Order: sequence, then structure tokens, then C-alpha cells
Amino acid sequence: MNSILKVEGLTKHFPGNKHSLFGKRDVVQAVDGISFEVAKGEAIGLVGESGCGKSTTGRLTTRLLEPTAGTIQFDGNDITHLSNAQMRPIRADLQIIFQDPYASLNPRHTVGTIVASPFRIGGVEPEGGTKKRVQELLEIVGLNPEHYNRYPHEFSGGQRQRIGIARALALRPKLIVADEPVSALDVSIQAQVINLLKDLQKQFDIAFIFIAHDLAVVRHFAQRVAVMYLGNIVEIADRDTLYSNPKHPYTKALLSAVPEVDPDAVGSRERIRLTGDVPNPINPPSGCRFRTRCWKAQDICASSAPALLQIGTSQVACHFPE
Amino acid sequence: MSKFLEVNNLSISFPTEDGVVKAVDNMSFSLEKGKTLGIVGESGSGKSVTSLAILGLHKGSTAEVSGEILIDGQDINAMAENDVRLLRGKVMSMIFQDALAALHPYYTVGNQIAEAYLVHNKVSKSEAKKRAIEMLDRVGIPEPQKRVDDYPHQFSGGMRQRAMIAMALSCNPSLLIADEPTTALDVTVQAQIIDLLRDLQKEFNTAIILITHDLGVVSETADDILLMYAGKAIEYGTVRDVLQKPQHPYGWGLLTSIPRLTGDPEKSLAAIPGTPPSLISVPSGCAFHPRCSYVKQVGTACSSSIPDLLPVSAGAHHLVRCHLDTAAREEIFRSQVAPKL
Amino acid sequence: MFNYLVRRILSGGVVLGIVSAIVFGIFYILPADPARLSCGKTCSEELILKIRHTLELDQTLPVQYGRYVKGIFVGRTYLKGSPAELKCSAPCLGYSFQTNQPVTQLLKDRLPATASIAFGASILWLLIGLSSGIISALRRGTWVDKLSQGVALGAASLQIYFVGLVLQFIFVNKLAWLPTPGYSSPLHYPLDWAKQMALPWITLAFLLSAIYSRLTRAGMIEIMGEDYVRTARAKGLGNRTIQFKHVLRGAITPIVTVFGLDLGGLLGGAVITEYVFNIPGLGKLSTDAVSNLDLPVITGTVIFSAFFIIVANILVDLLYAALDPKVRIQ
Repeated sequence: MNSILKVEGLTKHFPGNKHSLFGKRDVVQAVDGISFEVAKGEAIGLVGESGCGKSTTGRLTTRLLEPTAGTIQFDGNDITHLSNAQMRPIRADLQIIFQDPYASLNPRHTVGTIVASPFRIGGVEPEGGTKKRVQELLEIVGLNPEHYNRYPHEFSGGQRQRIGIARALALRPKLIVADEPVSALDVSIQAQVINLLKDLQKQFDIAFIFIAHDLAVVRHFAQRVAVMYLGNIVEIADRDTLYSNPKHPYTKALLSAVPEVDPDAVGSRERIRLTGDVPNPINPPSGCRFRTRCWKAQDICASSAPALLQIGTSQVACHFPE
Repeated sequence: MSKFLEVNNLSISFPTEDGVVKAVDNMSFSLEKGKTLGIVGESGSGKSVTSLAILGLHKGSTAEVSGEILIDGQDINAMAENDVRLLRGKVMSMIFQDALAALHPYYTVGNQIAEAYLVHNKVSKSEAKKRAIEMLDRVGIPEPQKRVDDYPHQFSGGMRQRAMIAMALSCNPSLLIADEPTTALDVTVQAQIIDLLRDLQKEFNTAIILITHDLGVVSETADDILLMYAGKAIEYGTVRDVLQKPQHPYGWGLLTSIPRLTGDPEKSLAAIPGTPPSLISVPSGCAFHPRCSYVKQVGTACSSSIPDLLPVSAGAHHLVRCHLDTAAREEIFRSQVAPKL
Repeated sequence: MFNYLVRRILSGGVVLGIVSAIVFGIFYILPADPARLSCGKTCSEELILKIRHTLELDQTLPVQYGRYVKGIFVGRTYLKGSPAELKCSAPCLGYSFQTNQPVTQLLKDRLPATASIAFGASILWLLIGLSSGIISALRRGTWVDKLSQGVALGAASLQIYFVGLVLQFIFVNKLAWLPTPGYSSPLHYPLDWAKQMALPWITLAFLLSAIYSRLTRAGMIEIMGEDYVRTARAKGLGNRTIQFKHVLRGAITPIVTVFGLDLGGLLGGAVITEYVFNIPGLGKLSTDAVSNLDLPVITGTVIFSAFFIIVANILVDLLYAALDPKVRIQ
């Protein structure tokens, strides 16, 4: 595979609370030894519930966070421990879009300044001048180029997300990490932004890591999907296999929990109801982390953690895959 | 026969610096015991404001509420605050989207449930606590006699919402309003809460008003759907009517634009152009007309006059607020909408 | 929780150590020569040398500081072995240049007056501040609110030396309702004590209750917008219960914090109040010491007030934990 990003054994442990004066500090195992690859121009989806580590993974791969262990190779270079200064030239190719279009744009900067910031930071002078290029970018993401001098508060949520996308596109990146890019938007706006991202991905051949909790949204964007649970990847497969033939019990449960819009289909689907909530990542269950909520769990699940193994066209980490 | 809940011509407006904002305009709907009404709309559509009015929670604020809200024949809107207060929690109660914010951080979960029970029942504190434990057990909290003394922050997100439900149902109300009860939860927990609400409804024959923006959630829980846009009801009917044979272009847009687990994922989603209007400057005529693809077929009426909420066909219970005539709507639905569903 | 307390006390000790080192350092580095200051008007070079030796000023600064700290914990002895040997038992903070009394004794003598002002005034300002704040919040926008907040704004912008003197002029000089402020022991003369303290209490409470009123009002109005207050209404609770059990309980935490710090600060010496009313408290002691460059007394009072502020901080944190289960359970 001609990969743009290769992650191996990636781990991030955050320091937690201390319980006694000389005791050990808790460790939040946000991401615990995950490996995956993203091919050039490929859109991969990263799904999971809160606390599964999907956003942390996004921040690690863009090196907004320092990994605790593991390696990250981007476009053939090891970027695992590069300093901010060393990362700067690489950021042109590696961009991130955030969930909250209100918090991620500086309210005191004009749209023009915001979208042009990658040029300024990278010290790049685009052909035909910054202003012309920014206006092109605004047009590409479906905004009026004449709104160059307006401020973020003058735009709606969906439009602000478009500004964030224009900024990410400015330097023609090879990989964009989109962290829940539509979950803060109204339903009728989500489709606009998904369509836009999808068009851009195809038009400019950009690889995407699309992080979301909504399985249906990911299905409309990603060619391959990785499912995360409590800091581990439990299943990776191409889209059609994952959605039609999930092999990990968690993937199955997750799919069956998505509410069905068609009233006639509501009763017809298999219903799997997980009990309880996601356990605390400070003290995850031994062995397979999903076993406390899994209806297939046996003794072995508590004693040994299943490795991510190839089964058919899927990779699954389960002792008893479907 | 009169229904358990009847809302007639409800309008709610707020005075603001930019003038009077009509958050809800002339809404009418009804609900029987044991049934669920889903009120669906995007942010600013007026769905939450409506639900607060049913509990009489706008009393004492600057909001102006007109129309009738009849619960068992009593008009909430005409009653004095103190009389409505005696019904809150007892006859009608409410759960909210963000259970962490909706529970008092400084009191135990048990204290807050017992408090709800104590207001309306002449019992001792220990009996109220027993009731709290019983309710926590009923909503599926493990070890309720231990967890009853926990504070809200010691509960997980799903458990907090269960505790809210326990509190709301502690006095066996006939009407439960659930305002986006699962929006802040993970999908697997959302599914648990939906199941729980459904079970409790069967057990206690509660009428539920479910407020949500999620068509999947209403489809799984509701009997009727009321679709709101910019403060107005634009479509009202059974779940099957509204989700399978939607009549309003906004409903078409919503249904074809949401990503689903079925259908061709490579086809781009049929997005609704533009953005929901702000209530401070609602478009003239039909509020949806600037985003509607079918204005051309009607002409100037869309931008000049507000369509009425009328039965789809004579005598039908499926109502829609649109200038397109029935034949045109059916033709559009058959040729353009249905293939995308 | 216990661990937390131990950690706070240890770190409080460290802060106190740093404060004392800095104060000690500043005063002994000053160009003013303590020996000359302590020597008085009839002074000779010979005498200065002798005093310098008595005060151990001929030692290096770290040694001096070390002995000073040792004196606080175990006491110290000046001029060991000589006939003029002077034992200063712990906690020893040295001797005043002015009066030759032990600084510890001075602090002990002055503390009751300061404590009387601080506790009396704080009860008064809590009563007035909280109740007017609560009433304002509940009657927001009415004339009661506007009046009370107008008065509070005005009061908050006044100064003790202005209000104090005006009140004294009216109540003592013109109307003669109150005696000239001062200090009598509450154990022996409770009535005199209360009468003499009345003006300082009223003056301090007048200014501080304005701040507490505004704080209470703002806190309650903020809490009234919280989701959990809406939940309380949705449960059918009565207004009283909502306002006191839910709203006030939610708003009280920041007020307690500010109160603890204010009280701690005041116990270290209500400097301006004591100066204005000429009350023999710690504040008066330190202002007098500063004007006389009485270095041991200055150092002593600074360390003493730092001690109160640190203790108040620890108490506030403990109270915080008592009030907020989220803090307590972590």
C-alpha cells in the first residue's frame, strides 16, 4: 500500500489525579497501542463512543499532542517526536478541522486573515498573491469571495465550518484530519458539509481521517472504517464489509443501536442492547476491554487481550469474532 | 371526546431589544395517555419553548403566552402560578438534554428524587428516600441503595439521565416531556434510554412529548410527529404519514439529506440549501421559501402569504402547511423524493 | 482529604518561610542601620558597636536569619554567657527598638483589639450584605433592587478614612451617641467594648457589605439561569425552597471564599480602620512601627499577617471541600 500515514503502536497516557501524598498518579489510557495506515487519497473513518480515544488519535497524528509511545510516519518521514519548529514545514501537508466552528476561529480576525494564516505561518507566497488565492479558496468551499473582510460572527455555524475547511485547504495538504466536523451543526446543514468534504477529497485527491461518533455519517464519507473502543482499535474493514458484515461484537452492537428512520424497518432489525456504560479509561478491564459489556465474553477474554488479526477482508481484535 | 392533552392556538413571544420575537406561532396539537408525540425541528424552531409552556414555566418571565393548554380539561395557561406548581412533577414532568447541568451539583441524587416525591406526597423523609431507591432500581441503576447517596458527578452520563427519569416519574405523572433526552449520550446508551422510556410508558400509561432533532429517535419512539420550522407547525401526522409520505418540502429535504445505514453511500446527500432563519428576521410568507426548491411551481404566494396548516386530503389527520396543491406534492414526492429515500 | 490537608499545611509553611526570608532580607539590607536606630538620640560609636554585637548584627545575614527562625520555633538567647544574657522564649520575634518589649508580647497585646474589629464587623457585613443581595436578586429590576444596588455602588466607592471620620464627627462629636472609639477588654467591660467598637464595625461593614451585596446578587442571578433551577421548578417546588435550597446554596461558595480571605486579611491588621479610629490593634502597631523604622516589629507583624492569610486560605479550601462534593470526593 502506498501510504501517506502509518501509525504503529501509538499510545497516549494522560496524567490523572493523585490519591495519596506519595502514591502513584492515575494514568488515563486514552489511546493504547493502536496501528493503522492511511493510503494516499484515501478517506478512512474513525468511529467510537465518547472516551474511545478517537479525538486523541486525531490530535496525535497531527502532532498537536506528544505520543507516549509508538511511531507515526507521515509521507515517509518519522514525525513521532518532532518539535514544533520541525513540524512547521510538514504542517503544510497535514491539516486538521475541528468540531466546534465557534471556538476554532479567532473572533478578532477577518475571514481573509484566518484563511491566509497557513501562508503566513508557512512563509509561503501563493501564485497571484495571497488575497487572490484566499478568494479562490472561499469560492471552492462555497462562500462568497467578497466576504473576505467579514468576521466569523457574521457567519452561521455551517458557514464557519466552511471557513475552517478553506483554511485547512490553503496549502493543498496531503492529509486532513476532520474531528467531528459536522456534529455541532443543524441536521439540515450537516449534509452540505459532508458533500463539500467529499467533493474536495475527490477533486484534490486528499487523504482524510474522518473522526465521528455517527456511524451513518462515516458511511457516507469513508472508504475504510476503523472502530475504536476504550483506546483500542477493535475492527478495521472496508466500508461495505464493516457495515454489512461486522465481525466484532462491539461493531455489531454499535450498528444495531443507530435509530432507524424508516418506521417499517424499526421492528425488523436485529436489536442488540449493551448493558452499562463505557468503563473508565483510568482503570480499563483486563484482557479484552469490551468484555464487561459483551454477551459473548468467556474466561479467556478476561485473561488475554485479543490481537488485531486478519479475518477475511477485515482486521478484528476479538476472541470470538462473528 | 376530549384528549388528555390539548393545545389550541398556542403562541409565545418574547420582547427583545430588536423587537418582539415570535418563538411559537399558533400551534395546535393533542395527545392521549400512553401515546408519544415527537416534536421535531432544528435549533430555534420553537420546540423547547413550546414544551416549557406546557409546564407553565414561562409564568413569571417576560414571555407572552396566548392560547389554551388543556391538561385533563384544565387550562394551564389560564391558571395561577401557584396552582400550576402543584401540578408540576405530579401531573406533568420533564427531563432535559444535559442531565449533568439539570441536576443540582451539591445535593445527592437520592435527595433530589426524594425532594420531588416529598413536594406532592405527605410522607416522611425516610419514606421518600425509600421511594428514591425504588425509582432508581426501576430505571436500572445497579445497587440503588448505595448509589442513592452519590452526587450527580459520580454517575456516568447514561446513569444521570436514568436518575432524571426516576425523578420525573417519582410521582407517576400522566405526561412526561422529554427535551432531547438522548442527544448528549452515546449511541449504545441512547438505545438503552429509548428502551427504558418505552417500557416505562407501557407500565405507567404515560403520555410522552419527545422533543428532538433526530428523525431516527422519533421514528423509534413516537406515534405522531409534529414538524416545526421557524416557530410554526409545518406538518403534523402519524409517524408513518410524516416519515414515509412526507408532504412538506422541508420534510422531504430532511429525509433525503440525512445519512443512513442503507442506500448507496457513494451518492451525494440531497442537502437543503441555506440555513435555518433567525427568529428575529423570519422570511415573509412561508418561512421556508428561501430554501425551497419548488417555489417556482407556486409563484409569488410563497413569499407573500403564509400558507395554512391544512389536511392533506379532505378529512385526513395528516396536516401540512404548504402552497403546493395536493396533486403537485404527490407528483413531486413520487418522481423526485421517493427515489432518494 | 487528609493527604490534601497535610499537603496544604506543608506548602503553607513553605510560603511562610519564603515571606519571612524576603521581609527579613529587605529590612536588613536597607541602608538604615538598625544599631543606630535602636541606639536613640544620645549615641556614641562605642555604643553602636556594643548594640551591634547585642543584636548579633555582626553576624552574616544567613546566620542572622537562621537564628531568627530558630528563635520562632525554640526561642533564643542573646549575649550568651555574658552577665547581660537575655533569654527570649519561643516564639521569639526579637525586641522592639522603640520600647525594648518582646515583639511576641506586643503582638499578643494588640491581637484582641484587631480580632474584635474583624469578627464584629464581619458578622455585621455578612448580615447586611447577604440579605440585601438576596433581596435585590429576588426583586431584580424593582425599585428595591435599584436602591440597594445604588447604595452598594456608592458605598463601595467610598474610603474608610472618609466615611470613618464623617461618622465619627456625626455620632461622637455632634450627637454624642457614642464614645470616642478605642478598645476595652470585652471580658471586663463588655458594654464599653461594644460602644467603643461600634463605629469601626459600622464603618468597615458599610463598605464591605456593599461588595458582598453585589457579589450575592450577581451569584444568585447567575444560578437562577442554571438548568438545575429549571429542574427544581419543573418538580413543582415552591419559590422559597427554590430560592434558598437551590439558588442560594449554589451561589454561596464564591461568597465563602471571598469572606475567608477578607477575614484572614483583617485579622492581620485592619490597618486603615485602626489608624483612623486610633485603636491599639495590630494594624496600628505596624503603622507605628513603620513610621519609627522599628524593624523587628515590622518583620513580626508582616509574618504574623502572612500567617493569618495562609491559615485563612487553608480554611477556605477546607470549607470549599465541605460545600462542594465534587472537590470533597476527589
